Amino acid sequence: MAQKKTFKTIQEINQKIRQGKVVVVTADEMADIVRKKGPEKAAREIDVVTTGTFAPMCSSGAFINFGHSKPPIKALRVWLNGVQAYAGLAAVDVYLGATEAVKDDPLNKIYPGQFKYGGGHVIHDLVAGKKITLKATAYGTDCYPNQLVEKRVTLADLPSAMLLNPRNAYQNYNCAVNLGKKTIYTYMGVLKPNAGNANYATSGQLSPLLNDPFYLTMGLGTRIFLGGAQGYIIGPGTQHNPKAKRGKNGLPLTPAGTLMVMGDLKGMKPEWIAGASLLGYGCSLAVGIGVPIPIINEQMARFTGVSDEDIVTQIIDYGNDYPRGETKSLGQVNYAELKSGTIRFRGEDVPAVPMSSYVKALKIARILKGWIEKGDFFLTEPQVMLPTVPF
Amino acid sequence: MYSKILALRFPEEIVDEPITVNLVRNFDLSFSILKATIYPRKEGFMVLELSGEKSAFQKGVRYLKDLGVKVESIGQDIRRDDEKCFQCGACTAVCPTGALHIKRPEMEVLFDKDRCVACELCVSACMARAMSVTFDKTLLS
Repeated sequence: MAQKKTFKTIQEINQKIRQGKVVVVTADEMADIVRKKGPEKAAREIDVVTTGTFAPMCSSGAFINFGHSKPPIKALRVWLNGVQAYAGLAAVDVYLGATEAVKDDPLNKIYPGQFKYGGGHVIHDLVAGKKITLKATAYGTDCYPNQLVEKRVTLADLPSAMLLNPRNAYQNYNCAVNLGKKTIYTYMGVLKPNAGNANYATSGQLSPLLNDPFYLTMGLGTRIFLGGAQGYIIGPGTQHNPKAKRGKNGLPLTPAGTLMVMGDLKGMKPEWIAGASLLGYGCSLAVGIGVPIPIINEQMARFTGVSDEDIVTQIIDYGNDYPRGETKSLGQVNYAELKSGTIRFRGEDVPAVPMSSYVKALKIARILKGWIEKGDFFLTEPQVMLPTVPF
Repeated sequence: MYSKILALRFPEEIVDEPITVNLVRNFDLSFSILKATIYPRKEGFMVLELSGEKSAFQKGVRYLKDLGVKVESIGQDIRRDDEKCFQCGACTAVCPTGALHIKRPEMEVLFDKDRCVACELCVSACMARAMSVTFDKTLLS
């Protein structure tokens, strides 16, 4: 496949947004449009395709500046509602990670641990406008003599609170089964023995990176829907792997690309950024992300025309293989099969269970579509593209 | 035909009464035992689906209450907080009766209280912690 010449620029699309003439569709609608009209016609008619995903994304957290007290403190250890934040930064800056559990949580000592409260829940409480308790301890310095600060704060009281997630929106993910003899509790949910269920975790045809498999339209500076507000892609996420094996349609067959994203917590909504408790595994943060994909050429129309049956993933055993660090494929399955609720595995019907909310993913794609149509959201041109491979 | 899932709690003194047999023999009811346990403090707990004529059902329940059995309707005890629910569907992996199920192709996650047997597996499996049991859980531990 040769790269098609650009025939629509982002500036032109933004001009259409300003004029109220932009044509936006959601990624599921685009699949039908491309099927009916072909990619060339679709590229002429459609300007932007909106995507969405909502699922627990563990590599998430927030940089928080909690402001100076009188006398000031150079915080050594900081807890927010009892959840420790990393304080090895400037005096009143911390990073609160989504998976940090509240102190005194029994973790997996009472197995499977419930992980009822952690960093993700603190972020959720802040976004919901709740008061939280901040405690900071210090050794005291000549300029920052205070050794203890304890106060109740809301998000509005914090001088700055920036969500900065090192790895979100995985492009494709494993389908997990358990071939062991007892129930296991994983980040892919509860897996019953003898392949009692098969869990999967992407929004398929709505998923941002599955609609732009070679990352041709996104990179540092791409404006996105993040947690109900406008945020940005700031680079490839950790473990971003464009070199993953791909099918003929260019889509990766295993987990591949990822995004690092950033956005101001103060504009976010609790419906789209929520604490999660993964039984027997840990705390997390469910993040809502929607990426607008500009249809700059026929190539992008073809890519965004992807539908669930085109997207294939691998079935991996989390009972024996995965805990040994092996990810041997036990078979392939596509997202149309997964979403049907039952897959055939080793000659038997196995219930397929989503960990990712398709309902919320679709809502995100629709909200983003609405923002663009109303002129509340303009596309940005990425300044540095994500690492990719030739196609 | 009337059918309801009931949670029955028995005090220690009547834990050995043949109550299910009496429900069948004296009230012409049929039953399906979904859960039955005797706890360390010797109280019994049983989740029972009871079916039959509505008037017979009511008489049967009256018989249980007169015996000293605490009778609760299960469907009212497990709740879903729809605002908290992520609509992901992870709960459907553990729900044994299909009370929690996915409507396709919309992928909406629905909770049908009538099919719920209050096994509580969803309560901890729900990552959003949207499912809750409202009766006294200390009785179950």
